[in-house]
Amino acid sequence: MTDQKPMCPSEGCETSTAGCGSRREFLGAATAAMAAALTGCGTLSKEEFLQHNFKELSKDEVLSVIDRLEKEYKAKYGKEVKVANTPPIPGVIFGYALDLSRCIGCRRCVHACVKENNQSRDPEVQWIRVLQMDKEEGVNLQHADQYYNPEEVPQEGHFYMPVQCQQCKKPPCTKVCPVGATWRDKDGIVVVDYNWCIGCRYCMAACPYGARHFNWGEPHLPADEVNPKTHYLGNRPRPKGVVEKCTFCIQRTRNGLYPACVEICPTGSRKFGNLLDKDSEIRYILENKRVFKFKEDLNTQPNFFYFYGV
Amino acid sequence: MRFPTLSTLAAGLLILLGSAAFADPPAAKPPSGTKAEDLAAPEGIQVPKPPFSEGIFPCTSCHDGKSMKPDTRRRELTGMHGDITLSHGPASRWCLDCHDANNRDSLHLASGEKIAFTASYLLCGQCHGDKLRDWRVGVHGKRTGSWNGAKQYLLCVNCHNPHTPRFQALKPMPAPTPPEQIQTRKGGAR
Repeated sequence: MTDQKPMCPSEGCETSTAGCGSRREFLGAATAAMAAALTGCGTLSKEEFLQHNFKELSKDEVLSVIDRLEKEYKAKYGKEVKVANTPPIPGVIFGYALDLSRCIGCRRCVHACVKENNQSRDPEVQWIRVLQMDKEEGVNLQHADQYYNPEEVPQEGHFYMPVQCQQCKKPPCTKVCPVGATWRDKDGIVVVDYNWCIGCRYCMAACPYGARHFNWGEPHLPADEVNPKTHYLGNRPRPKGVVEKCTFCIQRTRNGLYPACVEICPTGSRKFGNLLDKDSEIRYILENKRVFKFKEDLNTQPNFFYFYGV
Repeated sequence: MRFPTLSTLAAGLLILLGSAAFADPPAAKPPSGTKAEDLAAPEGIQVPKPPFSEGIFPCTSCHDGKSMKPDTRRRELTGMHGDITLSHGPASRWCLDCHDANNRDSLHLASGEKIAFTASYLLCGQCHGDKLRDWRVGVHGKRTGSWNGAKQYLLCVNCHNPHTPRFQALKPMPAPTPPEQIQTRKGGAR
């Protein structure tokens, strides 16, 4: 459908059909007008409404979609926002390991993530949740508190366990999506096509880690806080009514950089690398440290590991 | 079984080979991107400048061996360096166990071998060998840069003050808003 000439959404179907009267264009415009009338989504442009699932788009269609998005963002935020479409690197599957013996629960990662990934600031959507747990209890969610706020961390008798998307090899969230708007890419990152997501939130119900977050309202992102380096499947500004999640900073990692949470962590608890590279830090950890997967019994097979570096 | 079978021998050989492979850690390779301000350490690991106090280095600007003769007696420091609290290991430890009396711009190992401040991890590794091993492979300590390319390392002393090495407590950043406290704004949730 996107092979049509772009046209102004405010144009009526009569003008456009008069200009170049192909049947397909007429139907497209008519559908869009009908949809706008029925759903009340007056702000949705025709191109946006008729856009297909990202996986089905041809190269040219992707470029035109990206071009449209960049124009939209420019109009909305008044600055150039680059939307990349970097594909997975062949021979790379990303893995993440977090050292529970070092994390002190300072939440630097939580806020670096919000800054990097253009989440809504009010209410603030956070992709990382740091759980404070009792040392006596071990990893026990019955004794986890995410709202702790003492003067200083770490607190005596506690340890800290940040939880974010575990980038499962068998992700239950993608399985339940009725429209195929979320999938696991070749490098192991579970991504969301925000333009295809219908906001049903089945994936949130399916995720055992609480890693998916919903934009209940229009995301409030001040223009001066927009990170202009974005990826289509990652941190580009989201519309209201879609689900979003950690993508291992897809816009950074597919370009060889560490995720923002790794870069900020003052204790060096966060480790990231290519699971297929036998010389990587992540492989060293998996081969030499005490490692566990969170909720392993659910057989989600995370590519996110927790370890004890002591 | 009296003699080791071929399979146990092979397993033993594998273990030996495995440990030999880890003796040459990947992180010890010189990283490609080098910065001018980084100082090259003996192993080729690019490390940042040690976090000296303002104006303290080079130490030889005071400890030049002429105007001030080295005093090797163990004592409480009263003049300079009184701000340093030494809380690192046994009470008997003191300055010249690590700092070199004859060349104050360097440190020394237990063997007496002098090493630069930029190679201080070798000094730390004398006792904390397991941490040094993990640091070399990038598991202990912070790495920034590129997961498949040049990485920036930190010295032990960038995170652990060598005189009081315990990692300092931090003020946590704000907690998430509990759902019941989220305000609905105009144009917000329907």
